[in-house]
Amino acid sequence: MSTTIYQKPDAQGYYGQFGGAYIPEMLHRNVEELRNQYKQIIGSKDFRDEYQSLLRDYVGRPTPLYHAVRLSAQFNTNIYLKREDLCHTGSHKLNNALGQILLALRLGKKRIIAETGAGQHGVATATVCALKGIECIVYMGEKDIQRQAPNVARMKMLGATVIPATSGSKTLKDATNEAIRDWINNPNDTHYIIGSVVGPHPYPDMVASFQSVISEEIRKQLKEKTGSELPTHVFACVGGGSNAAGTFYHFTEEGSVKLVAVEAAGHGVDSGMSAATTRLGKPGVLHGSKSLVMQTEDGQVVEPHSISAGLDYPGIGPMHANLFTSGRGTFLSATDEEAVRAAFNLTQQEGIIPALESSHALAGLHQVSFKKDDVVVLCLSGRGDKDMATYMQAMGL
Amino acid sequence: MSRIQELFKKKNKQVLNVYVTAGYPQLNSTVTIMQALQNSGADLIELGMPYSDPLADGPVIQASSTIALQNGMTIRKLFEQLKDMRSSVQLPVILMGYMNPILQYGFEKFCADAAAMGVDGLILPDLPEFEFENEYGPIIKKYKLDFIFLVTPETTPERVKRLDALSTGFLYAVSSSSTTGKDQNMGGVSAYLQRLQAMELKNPVLVGFGIKDKASFDAASEFANGAIIGTAFIRALDGATDVSAATEQFIRSVK
Repeated sequence: MSTTIYQKPDAQGYYGQFGGAYIPEMLHRNVEELRNQYKQIIGSKDFRDEYQSLLRDYVGRPTPLYHAVRLSAQFNTNIYLKREDLCHTGSHKLNNALGQILLALRLGKKRIIAETGAGQHGVATATVCALKGIECIVYMGEKDIQRQAPNVARMKMLGATVIPATSGSKTLKDATNEAIRDWINNPNDTHYIIGSVVGPHPYPDMVASFQSVISEEIRKQLKEKTGSELPTHVFACVGGGSNAAGTFYHFTEEGSVKLVAVEAAGHGVDSGMSAATTRLGKPGVLHGSKSLVMQTEDGQVVEPHSISAGLDYPGIGPMHANLFTSGRGTFLSATDEEAVRAAFNLTQQEGIIPALESSHALAGLHQVSFKKDDVVVLCLSGRGDKDMATYMQAMGL
Repeated sequence: MSRIQELFKKKNKQVLNVYVTAGYPQLNSTVTIMQALQNSGADLIELGMPYSDPLADGPVIQASSTIALQNGMTIRKLFEQLKDMRSSVQLPVILMGYMNPILQYGFEKFCADAAAMGVDGLILPDLPEFEFENEYGPIIKKYKLDFIFLVTPETTPERVKRLDALSTGFLYAVSSSSTTGKDQNMGGVSAYLQRLQAMELKNPVLVGFGIKDKASFDAASEFANGAIIGTAFIRALDGATDVSAATEQFIRSVK
């Protein structure tokens, strides 16, 4: 069981057997430049000062760790919600977008590209680009553009150019392909901001370290509230897995802390309409790294399904694949229906409307039996405003 | 000596390598097109194994992959089609594709089966050099397949030398940092190719990406051993009812 490898991939970017940089030569220079420079830049005082001050004054960090009393009573235990939904732009995605744009500016880049599924990462990227006055291009699947109109409008209002990905299945995986192609065609002035802990090394490590502020804060806040930095359980939803990476990051070495990842089962793991990658995937290569990938027996990547566009991805970050195969993490899955039910429950118990992604983590609470004095921390990764159309449908409105 | 190496021994100027996606435009076009390529004077055949997420390819080749996949093309089907190819095709044949479908097929089994069918070399753009050296290269060698790395104008001279040393058969010079199918300014390309020429590489160099007609083929061949045509040929096959005739007409227009 290798737990240290969750935080520190080896020199080639491997977490156990997963990771690496499976990229065509056309991307080599850009990826190599990042690999050689990111650690030094993000460790520099100049970078840290600007990043910390913007995390505080612009993103709104630290986000609260909220003791959800009525939810706790329901499960007869102690549940704390890490309120990433209170970040500016409505989710944890801004932690990474901010870090990467500050990094890109220090690399002398003039143009930012990003992929987005539901639009949260696209909005976060467009937001920081507006803040810094830098050109922003967001690739988004043609189907997702239709499904997520409000976020498309937000990105446009922020000055970003939204380019529809019309190839393949016209969703997140194809938007990622198009963004990578753009990067190949613009090798000098462009930085590609990947929104999750996926992609070639050093992206998974870089994104995880920008998101690790989540668990850094949890430890401090939990100590103030309970006297101990360590909970018994940490819950997060996993698509590519960026909020989970940030939530687990500073707990992976603590053997007493159970790490619980909840994937999207869609209509059910075996329904053919699912995004539960650890249940359905096999080792393979997607978007530049080796991980678990949902695919046909001939090795063609399949289109997953989840009600939550943010979890609708046929792969998973390589450190999560390692967390899964090493047995260190517990991987559960929640269906579309269970997630929606969990969203309504939280809304009515606590007055918080969660994003559909986070609702999967909430639904996972039902699948674990807790003791009365357990301390459960759950990452509420985003707010539910963007999902009102789905919630309205559930209410018959 | 491999079939590819023999070719370059006999001919080291204006070598024409033609790319086609296996299973495009119809599932069973593959061998017919290979025969027509041979009849019309192509020197090398590069068969693309279609993949759902072909990162290094532009929209035209990706669309051909999508059609080939809809036609039902798989590595297994392709190998069935290629079983008897050496009874009619004498040109060197290279398979180009992405790692994921090959890993599912089984990397060693893939190499063994390809070699058994008379395939001569592999181009796998998303197989990085570290993994090539440590894991996959020895298997490729074991089955006596050539392996061709790509270099771009952004590749440093030291790295070009390294990739040249690792390659056998030839070196694939991408004419600019771009996905396939984009128009190139051949002037800028010449300077880059002259730089490569001056490096005295151990392998012949073929230029790929952006070659679409006689003029660009000749321009690219001037400072290299030849060129690779892909996107323009895929376009020529689009909607063709007689793929043999379309192939021969296209190749004659280039030569």
